Amino acid sequence: MEVVGQLQKQYVDFITSLFREAYLDDQYVQLQKLQDDSNPEFVVEVVSIFFEDSEKLLNDLASSLLVSISLFWVFILCLRPSLLLMVVLFFLLFLFQLYSQQQVVDFKKVDGYVHQFKGSSSSVGAQRVKNACVTLRNFCEEKNLDGCSRYLNLVKQEFYLVKNKLETLLRMEQQILQAGGTVPLLEQVPLLWKQ
Amino acid sequence: MAKGGVSLETKFHVLAVDDSIVDRKLIERLLKTSSYQVTVVESGVKALEFLGLLDDKNGSIDSTSHSATQNHHQVQVNLVITDYSMPGITGYDLLRKIKESTSLKNIPVVIMSSEDLPSRINSCLEKGAEEFFLKPVQQSDVNKLRPHLLRGKA
Repeated sequence: MEVVGQLQKQYVDFITSLFREAYLDDQYVQLQKLQDDSNPEFVVEVVSIFFEDSEKLLNDLASSLLVSISLFWVFILCLRPSLLLMVVLFFLLFLFQLYSQQQVVDFKKVDGYVHQFKGSSSSVGAQRVKNACVTLRNFCEEKNLDGCSRYLNLVKQEFYLVKNKLETLLRMEQQILQAGGTVPLLEQVPLLWKQ
Repeated sequence: MAKGGVSLETKFHVLAVDDSIVDRKLIERLLKTSSYQVTVVESGVKALEFLGLLDDKNGSIDSTSHSATQNHHQVQVNLVITDYSMPGITGYDLLRKIKESTSLKNIPVVIMSSEDLPSRINSCLEKGAEEFFLKPVQQSDVNKLRPHLLRGKA
């Protein structure tokens, strides 16, 4: 049983640090409360669905911000210009994009994806991802393509970070269960860390 | 409307509507912990289909349909809980169609939304929504459904 005690302590320390660093918020605890003997895999199931859905959303987001560039290039390459003409066209395209990006990207579509991502991350308690999505949405509203691209990278980063943390957390839970113990439930996220 | 020999154990049947796969999983679990029978669909159109409010012949919404579509769908739904922002038919549209339907207007409807907008809340409540829940929906929110369900059975 000493093994179980040690595993449980490590688990509590780890999950406490995740709350403190805002990777997770109280919603994660709510998910744990919904898990019981009749639904022993609930958290793993929800988190897995979240991972899968998020990868899709991130792909959709990345491609919806890229489409402006690729379409123009397809068009130019179809003209089969000489090398000199291609250089000139490239330069003009570069200038054109610089000044008209706002009209080319469908910010409403991007905003739609971010809204979805904000919702799903909020539903699993992935606080940092959710907050990054909120900022990303502001850039979308301002039609700020540069801001959007930068923040999309941040959102992606935060997602992969929390994915990593959650995988570790769930693995620790498994270890406790396999050692014959029960997973300690943090009844309440300390007020200090609540938003 | 109830057939003879209905078991005393008959659970309330809740129809949940949400386009988010994560939220569908969550609301289904929340409702099941309250021992409700749950049907979850991913869109307003699927919800209308399930409720028998879609005219089978040409897919248009027929809110005053009588026996034809009613016999086709004998499902008894005691409450509808729907997300507000959905592509296609929004939760608000769904609310409106249910309240304008002669056969289904007494079914309590609850709206869920991630946006805390007073104007949105007010327009939903004015249209006849019983409750407006802010996402992520909590167990304490789901506990508020029971009085509306019990009132329906009275």
